[in-house]
Amino acid sequence: MSSLVISNLSCQRGYNQLFIGLSYTINAGDIVRITGTNGSGKTSLLKILAGINSKEQGEIHFSNHNVKSDKYQHEVLYLGHLGALSGELSSLENLQYLTALNQTNDEQALSKALGDIGLKGYENEYCAKLSAGQKRRVILASLFVSNARVWLLDEPFTALDPKGVEIVEQQINKHCAQGGLCLFTTHQDSALENQRILAL
Amino acid sequence: MNIYWQTLRRDLRIAIRNPSSVLNPLLFFVISVSLFPLAISPEASTLSQIASGIIWVASMLAVLLSLNSLFHYDFENGVLEQMATSHHSLALLILSKITAHWILTGIPIILLSPLLGLFLFLDSESIKVLMITLLLATPSLSLIGSIGASLIVGVKNSGMLLSLLILPLYIPILIFASSAVSQAQFGLEISGQLYFLATILLLSLMSAPFVSSIALKISLE
Repeated sequence: MSSLVISNLSCQRGYNQLFIGLSYTINAGDIVRITGTNGSGKTSLLKILAGINSKEQGEIHFSNHNVKSDKYQHEVLYLGHLGALSGELSSLENLQYLTALNQTNDEQALSKALGDIGLKGYENEYCAKLSAGQKRRVILASLFVSNARVWLLDEPFTALDPKGVEIVEQQINKHCAQGGLCLFTTHQDSALENQRILAL
Repeated sequence: MNIYWQTLRRDLRIAIRNPSSVLNPLLFFVISVSLFPLAISPEASTLSQIASGIIWVASMLAVLLSLNSLFHYDFENGVLEQMATSHHSLALLILSKITAHWILTGIPIILLSPLLGLFLFLDSESIKVLMITLLLATPSLSLIGSIGASLIVGVKNSGMLLSLLILPLYIPILIFASSAVSQAQFGLEISGQLYFLATILLLSLMSAPFVSSIALKISLE
């Protein structure tokens, strides 16, 4: 059974102890919304789970693979609140590179992903010329081609219009119905069904 | 290895579409070298004596000027975060970025150097040696520079800090490269200096991408 197991995790930033002894198990199919006030450590938790930040203490495993292992990294898709887009590159070029960091993709699948997220006709538009919501959609298009089973999404709905939110929520539901799992943070209302809450 | 070429292609593509960040250090290189004859003396004998030193100091400062942007934009826009979460080796991705940096800074400096050498009355044999030293040592400048650039990536207004970190490490390269050109002007043997430059290149090629990847991971936290 593939599940993401967090045991006895602690995190400190500067002089602030964000959380101590956090233990949580997320099973395949689970959608977990991380809630908390600003500065409560939501992004820090996602970054620790993505392997970007080091943990103060505790253990993180997915399918018995440690957070530092290559196999764990293969299974994880992290989308931060930074755009990760270069203004000088087109939507398709940006998406090509970002997905290439984790897997191999063909151009046709990426163009289709951009179409699915509502950016049909914008494939060759430079990202510097896109609106904030459209930039967000470029990043989120990687959800349509990702092979990773664990999705860590930091504020995925920021700048999206209601239609965009709906498309992303549908994709998250589809992913989790197929045995994936998703942790996300948001300050917006989310219509995702069966979401569990992890309060920090 | 495919990701190495993809990263290289991406960085070159961005640089071609936003050429000012690449052209600024090169303009600095050409302008600073061409001001020396005006300030010191237009005499051929004076200029040819100090030519190698001038070109080498200017190229080193030009590389230093360009290092700030090596990781800065990718750090700001979150691409470095994505690189760090990739299952590909971060050191390989960094090596690719360093290669792009060398192609955009080192190679133009090497190609411009004969012109500036002629401008400073260097003879053809010395210009050849100057180009060989630049070819051997500019990759080391990019490699060693990447360590400094990765350490200061999250720090605001860090130009001075970068100089303090990196210039001491550049000094051996400066000494051996410019002395090789000066000795060639007198027809002396220069293989010792070239071997030394090659050794620095190999050592930095083996260590710099790994050290930079560790420093970047610390900066990303």
